[in-house]
Amino acid sequence: MTSSVVARLKQKKIAELVSLGKRLDERGLTDYREVQVEIGVIEKAEGSARVRLGKTEVLVGIKIEIGEPFSDIPNEGVLTVNAELVPLASPTFESGPPNENAIELARVVDRGIRESKAIDMKKLCIEPKKKVFIVFVDVYVLNHDGNLIDASALAALAALRNTKVFNYEVKEGEVQIKPGYKSLPIRNYPIAVTFAKINDILAVDPWLEEEQVMEARLTMTIEKDEKICALQKGGTGYFTIQQILEAAKIARQKAAELRKLVVKK
Amino acid sequence: MSKKKVKKLVDEKGIRYDGRKFNELRPIKIEVGVLGNADGSAYVEQGKNKILAAVYGPREVHPKHLALPDRTRLRCRYHMAPFSVQERKSPAPSRREKEVSKVIREAFEPAVFTEYYPRTSIDIFIEVLQADGGTRCTGITAASLALADAGIPLRDLVSACAAGKVDGRLVLDLNDVEDKQGEADLPLAYMSNLNAVTLLQMDGMLTSEEFEQVMNLAVDGCKQMYQLQKEALKARYFEVKEAINQEAEKQ
Repeated sequence: MTSSVVARLKQKKIAELVSLGKRLDERGLTDYREVQVEIGVIEKAEGSARVRLGKTEVLVGIKIEIGEPFSDIPNEGVLTVNAELVPLASPTFESGPPNENAIELARVVDRGIRESKAIDMKKLCIEPKKKVFIVFVDVYVLNHDGNLIDASALAALAALRNTKVFNYEVKEGEVQIKPGYKSLPIRNYPIAVTFAKINDILAVDPWLEEEQVMEARLTMTIEKDEKICALQKGGTGYFTIQQILEAAKIARQKAAELRKLVVKK
Repeated sequence: MSKKKVKKLVDEKGIRYDGRKFNELRPIKIEVGVLGNADGSAYVEQGKNKILAAVYGPREVHPKHLALPDRTRLRCRYHMAPFSVQERKSPAPSRREKEVSKVIREAFEPAVFTEYYPRTSIDIFIEVLQADGGTRCTGITAASLALADAGIPLRDLVSACAAGKVDGRLVLDLNDVEDKQGEADLPLAYMSNLNAVTLLQMDGMLTSEEFEQVMNLAVDGCKQMYQLQKEALKARYFEVKEAINQEAEKQ
C-alpha cells in the first residue's frame, strides 16, 4: 500500500488535479485531512498526545527532569525537542541516529514553541544558575502519510497543554519532590500550517504522494494573536513573494481552525 | 565569558549601534577563485563574518549507490570552525549545522541545472571561519560564487540576506548581537532575475504587515548582494584575461 515510489501516471494525475483546484483525495486546496487529537495517552509521561492527520499518526511524549540552566539564561527552564522517525512508521525510515529530515522536523517544532514563548520558561526556574526544569518534547512518528510537521507541532502543543509538573520544595539546596502536580505554564498556542507547491499552485496539508510530487514546501507557524512566529521552506523548488504572502493569509485562517481542536474553552 | 548586553541597539534617529542605517548592509569583501584544489571557490567577508566556500564537481559519486540516474546529486556541508565563535564550538556537526546544510542545499537545487549531469555529484562545502550573525546567508553568497567559478550552469546567481526586527525597528542584515537580542530574524535567499525565493526561514514574532515589509527589505538586500556578486565575478575573470594576455605577450 505505502510505497516510496509514486507511479508517473499518478504523479501526473495529482499535478493535473491541483491545477484544476482539486485533489486526488477529493479535498479542496485549503482543506486539512480529518484531524483527531487524543491527550494523556501515556500515563508515565508528564504529558502526551496522539494526533492523527488522515493516515499520518504522531505521538508526542513530554518528560520533565531537573537539570542545570544554560549559562546565558540562568533563570529560565530548558526546552529540548527531539524527533524520531521510527522504522515502523514507513518503509523509507531506517533505524539509527536522526537524519536531516528528523532534525529539521524537531527544529521546526522547537522554533514554533520557543519563538511564540508558548511555555513560560521563567516559571520553570527552581534555583537561578543551579537548578531548573528541563522539558523534553519527544516527537514519535508512528505512521508517515505526509505533513509530519503540522501533525507533530499540533501533537506537541496538545501534549504540553496536558503536561503536569510535580510539586517540589527546596531544603538546604536539595530539591525534594512533594505529592501533587501543577500544570505546565502555557501562555501561547503556536500552530504550524504547511503548504506544498504543486504545478506552481499552493495546497495545504500535503499527504505523502503529494509530497513526492511537490516542487517545494513551506511551513508557517502562527501564534494566538495571528503573528507569524516561525517559517521554514523545504524541497527543491522555490516560491515567489506573491505565493508566500498568499500562503500567510491562508495560514492564519487554517491555524485558527486547528487551534480550536487543541484549545477548547 | 559572555559579552555584556548592549542596551540600545537602534537609537532615536534609527541608527544602529554599529553605525548602520536600517537598510544598510555590513561592509562586504568578496574574492572569487581563492583555493587551488577546488573546482570553484570564493571567500566572503560580511562585517565580521569570514566564510570560505568550495565546490567540487560534477564528479563521480561516493558512495556509488547515491548516484541518481536522471540528475546530479547536489550535496552541501555547512560547517563552523571551532574558533569561529566566542566559546569553542565542538567540530562535530551539530543539529543546527545539519539543518542549515539541508536548507542551503535546497536553496541551490532550483538554481543548478541538475539534469545536465546525471550520475554525478556536485559538492558544496561552506566553512565558517568567523561567525557574527547571518552566516547561512553569507555562506550562500559565497557558495553561489563558488558554483559559478566552477563553471556549473546556473539559472541565476543565488543571493542571500537576512532582515528582521530589532528594538521595534525593521532592519536589514542583522549581526550577531542584533540577531540574539532582536525580536525577529528572517534569512532569505533569492534569484533576482526569476523572483524566486529559494530559502526562507524565520524565528521571532512578526505581524503580517511587518512580515511583508521585512521580506521586501530582505529581497532588497539580496538585490544589492547580487550586484556585488556580479562585480566580484567580473573582476575575477578580468584578472584571468589579463594573465592570459601577459603570457601571450611574452611569447
